[in-house]
Amino acid sequence: MPSKRNTYDLLFSSITAVASFAILIFIVGILLVLVSESSLAIGKFGFLKFLTSTAWNPVKSEFGAATSIYGTFLTTIIALIIALPIAIGIAIFVTEIAPNFLKGPIGGAIELLAAIPSIIYGMWGLFTLAPIMSKYIEPALQGTLGKLPGLEFLFKGTPMGIDVLTASVILSIMIIPFTASISRDAFNLTPGVVKESAYAIGATQWEVVKNVVLPYSKLGVFGGAALSLGRALGETMAVAFVLGNNHKIATSLLDAASTITVTLANEFTEADSDVYLSSLYYLALVLFVLSFVILAIAKFFLLKAERKYSR
Amino acid sequence: MNIEKKRKIESIIALSLSGLAAAGGLFWLIYILADVLIHGIGALNMALFLNDPAPAGIEGGGLKNAFVGQLLITFVATLIGVPIGVLGGTFLAEYARGKKIARIISILSDIMVSVPSIVVGAFVYAILVRPLHHFSGWAGAVALSIIMIPVVLRTTEDMLSLVPWTVREAAFALGAPYYKVIIQVVYRGAATGILTGVLLSIARVAGETAPLLFTSFNNNFFSFNMNGPLASLTVTIFQYAMGPYKSWHAQAWAASLVITLFVLALTILGRLALKWRYKR
Repeated sequence: MPSKRNTYDLLFSSITAVASFAILIFIVGILLVLVSESSLAIGKFGFLKFLTSTAWNPVKSEFGAATSIYGTFLTTIIALIIALPIAIGIAIFVTEIAPNFLKGPIGGAIELLAAIPSIIYGMWGLFTLAPIMSKYIEPALQGTLGKLPGLEFLFKGTPMGIDVLTASVILSIMIIPFTASISRDAFNLTPGVVKESAYAIGATQWEVVKNVVLPYSKLGVFGGAALSLGRALGETMAVAFVLGNNHKIATSLLDAASTITVTLANEFTEADSDVYLSSLYYLALVLFVLSFVILAIAKFFLLKAERKYSR
Repeated sequence: MNIEKKRKIESIIALSLSGLAAAGGLFWLIYILADVLIHGIGALNMALFLNDPAPAGIEGGGLKNAFVGQLLITFVATLIGVPIGVLGGTFLAEYARGKKIARIISILSDIMVSVPSIVVGAFVYAILVRPLHHFSGWAGAVALSIIMIPVVLRTTEDMLSLVPWTVREAAFALGAPYYKVIIQVVYRGAATGILTGVLLSIARVAGETAPLLFTSFNNNFFSFNMNGPLASLTVTIFQYAMGPYKSWHAQAWAASLVITLFVLALTILGRLALKWRYKR
């Protein structure tokens, strides 16, 4: 009788173990498949040379990742520069300023917005934001910032709305809810007693935020920013509509460009030669490794923040 | 101006700026929702659900094929993803509780939750589409389930950990083996939480487009065949929005509205269930 019980228990525990190892299988499997699929491109163009080459010519079968990697980082970093201050502002507002009866609803609304699928952001960007950008915002930027010496190159070209700037703005709108809710969680880790002692010696509300809450939560906010960076790098549909899929090193914010994800989304099913497909797989490999490393760093900081302040 | 006054003014300015940032951020987000609602409602009608697509450029028709395809793919993805996710989470929270392997898998699946979904699509293309020489609904469902599993696994782990250890001890004391304790006691205690995880994971994959582009692809005709290319709402939205016809754009808005409402409803439902269960 006991042996029968043990058999069932052993069986159930092994099934659950196998199920949890699915995660490891996926990660190792994705890595192996991407490496083996991209081996043709690595062999033909060279491991490093592919990464630094700006060529992208399907007709001549010449491929390089530099334009896509550049576009990926350009849009992501501009998006972060726009999103971070706003997200931290929202987090400060929700944790410190808003009256108690508003804290829950606003926090909840922000989390809901993080659940909206990225294709919705992308389509809205194409039909609503891009015309606004090309008609009002981009000409205005050209007329003001674009006139400053040294900055002209950033705003050169015809404002079409399908460009780096529009894509970055959409990406930033998309990651704001996500970044804000992680920052809010980080702010909430600040012990109330510490804040109260600062108030007791006469600090203003802003001084408490600046000198107590932010230093206390900087690990968490940094982790949240890194997590948003990792997410934004791999975002496809929000930018696919409005970036133009143009393989060149864009120097102006009003140029069309391409990211790794946009290249994959637009060209994967059209790749007609093995080298073409293999080059796309190499791009996917670069993206996977990049975002995995950045997400791992983010996770490291978030765990450190959690361990330090919560008990 | 004395220093107190200066500090007070500085505080007011800084806090107003963050209030402004909050208002600005919320404004864009509400603008997007309102825009989808306005454009979507105008194009929403029964024909959208009941008719198949009209030939390109011709007015009318619907997206019945895409609705059915989306439901099929999501349903199969759930059938694959939920059992694996729940069982995997069980291992982490029960058999491997406190062990190093549980911690590692838990962290890795947190990372997997945010890994670019288009890479998952490329992965599934290499293992399920190219070897078989055709796109298929199955491949789409597998891609979505790979995205789903880490989400379900992590929520299950968290929810099982919330069940007090003393409850398990009480069951052990009656002589129940561990697997019976898990299935009959722990699962029951964490049922609402696990269900929430499942709802949220369905909400997560229902709006995914990138992993379906290379797996289930698209299909202009009504089809139940999981073995062939299958239409999905999200890929159809991508195709229609990028296309040249006004009637396509209108249908893309309507489909966007349906997906947004579906995802938001699931998310709200999941959160309400969790709040209701753990409010005390």
